[in-house]
This record gives sequence, structure tokens and C-alpha cells, in this order.
Amino acid sequence: MPSASNGVDRRIWAHPILEFKRGKKVKFYFEGKEVEGYENESIAIALYASGIDILSWTPQGRPRGAFCMIGKCSSCFMVVNGVPNTRTCREPVREGLQVFRQRGLPSIPEVREEGESPEEEVLETDVLIIGGGPAGLSAALKAAEYGLNVLLVEDHFRLGGQLVKQTHKFFGSKELFGGLRGFQIAEMLADKVLNNENIKVLTETIAYGVFRDGWVGLASKNKHYRVRAKTMIFATGAHENYLAFPGNDLPGVMGAGGAQTLMNEYGVRPGNNALVVGAGNVGLIIAYQLLQAGVNVKGIVEIMPQIGGWAVHAAKVRRYGIPIFTRHTIKRVWGKDRVEGATIVQVDENFQPIPGTEKDIECDLVLLAVGLTPDASLLAQTGAKMAWVSELGGLVAYRTKYMETTVPGVFIAGDVKGIEEATVAMLEGQIAALSAVIKVKGEIPKAVEEREKLVKILDEYRQSPLLARVREGIKKVLLTEGECYE
Amino acid sequence: MNKEIPPYRVNGIIPLEVIKELGLLPPEERLKKGPVVLIECPERIPCNICVSACPYGAISMNSITDIPKVDWNKCVGCATCVALCPGLAIFVIDLSQEDKGYVTVPHEFLPAPKKGEEVTLLGKDGRTLGTGKVVRVFERNKTYVVTVEVPKELVFEVRAIWVGKK
Repeated sequence: MPSASNGVDRRIWAHPILEFKRGKKVKFYFEGKEVEGYENESIAIALYASGIDILSWTPQGRPRGAFCMIGKCSSCFMVVNGVPNTRTCREPVREGLQVFRQRGLPSIPEVREEGESPEEEVLETDVLIIGGGPAGLSAALKAAEYGLNVLLVEDHFRLGGQLVKQTHKFFGSKELFGGLRGFQIAEMLADKVLNNENIKVLTETIAYGVFRDGWVGLASKNKHYRVRAKTMIFATGAHENYLAFPGNDLPGVMGAGGAQTLMNEYGVRPGNNALVVGAGNVGLIIAYQLLQAGVNVKGIVEIMPQIGGWAVHAAKVRRYGIPIFTRHTIKRVWGKDRVEGATIVQVDENFQPIPGTEKDIECDLVLLAVGLTPDASLLAQTGAKMAWVSELGGLVAYRTKYMETTVPGVFIAGDVKGIEEATVAMLEGQIAALSAVIKVKGEIPKAVEEREKLVKILDEYRQSPLLARVREGIKKVLLTEGECYE
Repeated sequence: MNKEIPPYRVNGIIPLEVIKELGLLPPEERLKKGPVVLIECPERIPCNICVSACPYGAISMNSITDIPKVDWNKCVGCATCVALCPGLAIFVIDLSQEDKGYVTVPHEFLPAPKKGEEVTLLGKDGRTLGTGKVVRVFERNKTYVVTVEVPKELVFEVRAIWVGKK
């Protein structure tokens, strides 16, 4: 049987920070050829590790590869055991799977045979939490601590959200897990949640719709749930922004987070020579992490006249010789089936390219770290009043300082309420949970007091001069409790 | 909007003058006495890990978004904060010897540096500044803390090491 990998193995076997716990070897088939993966890997990860760059072709025949790797962008849609449009970045590898690439739109699958109709279950809960990242996990633990019955829904097969791929140590204070690495915080929170008897966890389950009278529909592969929740906390996070330039869909152009999933969650080297677009904290941190994964970083381009992230993060990458090109943008990438290089160009005061300043950079990886957009589409179904706030990354809900939206009993926490970072998400998760506790059980003095304390900590945390933009954004959608219920 | 941008926010290089202005440069007399902390943290990051990290209570802040303040008499240059600072922004320098200087830096790359080994010295802009001998290594939560012997005039320059050629 020919192998698809031709001996290619992009897996990282030694890393300064991470130990990759790979499960048993699993054999599956990629277009008839045998491929090896490991238990706990997803199909797209195992294919990428084996040197497969093209995961699908558009109807126009353009190749598409890994982009977001967290089930949001649709670049990794493949036919798996006859089921088209399977998000292979999130689908675990299993022995004997038959995986095929899609050329253009796939055919609609055959109607299922009888007896396969999914099971149904009705669940009642004090609080339904949608999203199992830092905000959702913190909310679940706090709500459970006060005796609420919690239902936590996560669409990935593991908990932790984007924390699982953060290898850097977090800022903050000791009490807020500062000093620990992101994945260590994720492990700790997930472990506590999974061992808490007040919390029921549904992974690989999607909350697909909000209905009248507090009903929410959930779908997993073989089961349909109708949930009646007294309160809801939306902790649905965000997705990465694209950037428009010729060739931006070529395999090798990836979201910075997509590359983090590859190298930090699964231990797969995303490329050999990288160019990072965006010098915010994400861009600066990813450049450092690429270096740790053994990837050569050719530079970071930033369209603004200054870096967007903390100076200490910039200092970290500069020490190892990574250049930062401020007032520069990416003009195009080139390559046949994968990125082979990129052209960057300087911009003027109005962010327009200055002809003649182009510079070609040979690279096989271009990472976009150009911001995030809140994932608020499900939240919008509740009827919560929303506004477009550019400082917060897009469409977000009006809220009180207790994280309640204009729909009573519907709370928000984390990036869905505006893009910040994980420490803030964990604080907001707890605040939202305490608000849910107060809604369900009344004004328990301990809960009220703890909530005030957390609101104060969050406020202090945001006082840094560099967070002025976020503070401005929040002001635009912050309501008093009186205004909220009008 | 067009306030003056500090150069370190353009090039990522935090110069000694900025550190001095923040009151983070150890006084001359203290430098002569032995190893002492040098915190290169110019922005008010919401973080106080160095305060809780210091076993001697030498670092303080009034609020979480303050610039750290060092009590030069309490700091012994133990480098615990070098290991724990999430921004990898803390170093220990030693100018107390006649002919040699020492710099302690965080290091999070493979292979792990070893005592006695000659390593490449890197400046704030990644430039190679020659080689130096590793005199001490310890590890805390996957961050190696490495002390290297360097020419005295390079104590304020060397900010990273690389095992092998860079």
C-alpha cells in the first residue's frame, strides 16, 4: 500500500516548553493511500503532519489549506467516510477512516438508512454556558461553587478553548493564575470542571439556536438536545480576521491561531520560514513561539507606525534577531501549491503602499495576526441589543458591569463581549456566573460581595494606559442596570 | 492622536535611558556590591508577578498597573524573578568583579544550556556580541535562568544567549 506521507513527518519531537502526549498510532486512508496519525490528533492535523498542504479546492479550482484549525473557517472541509463538509481540523482520526478531498462543492449525501435517526433528550438547567474556553470554564466553576446546576457546551472535543495552545506565561497576579502558562491554566480549569458533580459537560456539541421561553437547541453527532435554561452565559469567543491581498488563500497563509494549534496543541511544525503579519501581542507572541518550535522567522510586518503589543513582547523577539517592519504591509504572496514567498511594501501616512519600496521575502508560511472578531451570532438570536464597536472588534452586546445583556438572564463573558485577553475572560466568566447565581437564588450576600470585588479587580486591571482603546469601546456599550431593563 | 511615539514602541529595543528614567537602574554603589536586578519593564502592564516572586520582598507596587519599584538594599540578585517574570523582562547584572561582568538572562529554547559551556551572546537587537561562559543554570517551569560571564562593558548590552551559532 503506498503511503501518502512519502516519509514526511512535520511532528515536533523535542520542544523547550511542551511535551506532546501522543496516543496510539492510528492508520487511515487519504484518497486511498495509507496515512499514519496518532490518537488525539484530528484528521487535518495528521494530514498536515504527513506533508499534505492542500485540503480542498474551491469551485474555481484554487487550492485551500489549513487556516484557522479551530472549526470556524471551512478551509478543511473534506469527505470523511462518505460524509462531505466534515470539519477535519476538529474531527479525531480513527482507524480505517476514508478521507477524500473535495473539488468544488460536494454532492449531497444519501439519505440515512432507517433506524439512524438521532436520539432526543430534554434537559433542564439553572445555567447553560456556551463555550468551554477560559470564560466558560471559569463561569462554570463559580456557578457550581454556589450550588447551581450547570450545563456546559463546547463544540471542540476538548475543553480549554484557545488557552490550550498558549505556551507563554500570563501576566496578572498570582490569584488570577498570572505566571502560569496558558495551557497549564487550561489543564487546571478543565480538570476541575470535569470533576465537579454540579457541572454536566457536553463536548463535540453545537448550540445551534435560541428559541422562545429560554429554550436552546443543541446538536451532537448522534443526539439532539432541547435545553430549558433559567439563565445563559454566552462565552463563544472569537475568530481570526482575514486580510485582503493577492494569494491570501494559498496554503501556507494561515491564521496565527491556526499555526498555534498546529505547533502548540498538536506538536506539528507549521512551516520552515515564516513571515508574521501584525505586531500586536498575538503577532509578537506567535513569532517567539515559532522560534521555540524550530521555525525560522523572517520578520514581523506592522502597518501602523508602532507595534501594537507590549514592548516587552517585542523586546523578546528582537533579542533573537527577528526584525519588526513598522509602516509596512503585505502586498502579495506567491507560490504554486503552497506559499513560496511574499512581497512586503512600506506605506505612507495614509497607509497607501509607496511604490519602489517592495521587498521580497522567501518563506513557506505567512501568518495573519491582524485581530479577532467576536463570535456573537448565536447571542444575537436572543434579541440582545447589539452595536458595532470597532475598539472591541465588531458586533457586541450592550451589557451592565455585571455582564448582563438587555435580555434578562442572558450574560456574556470573554471575547464575545469584545476582544481582550484570557485573564479578563476568566474574571468576566466569574462575574457572569455570580450574576446568574443572584438571578436564580436571589441576592445572596456572599455572592453580591464577591461580585463587587471582582468588578473592582477587573476595573483596576484595565487601568493600564495601553488599554485606553478597550476602555473607550466598553464605555460605548456599558449600561446601568436601570437602562438595561428599559 | 499623533502623540510622540517612544522609539522602543517602534523597534522593540528598550534603551538604558528609559530604564533609568523609570528609576529601575541600580545606583552606582549598589552595582559595585554584587549581583542586582535590572527590570526592563517600561509600560504599565497589569501584572505584579515579580512582587510575589521575590523571596526578599524587594519589589513593590501600589496597584497592579504600576511600574515595579525595587528596594536596592533588599535585592540580593537571586534571579528568582528572572525565572518567573511573564514578560521575560528581568535580568540580573553583576559589576562587582575587577575584570569580569556577569549577566543573568531567561532562556526558553533547546538545547538546554550547560554550566561551563561557551554560548553565543546576543544584544537587544539580536546582534552577536561574541561568546561567554555559562557559570550558573537553573530552571523554573521550563524557563532556564542562565548566568554568563561577559566583558564588563557588555553587561548593559547582553540580553540573551544562544547555544551554538546564531
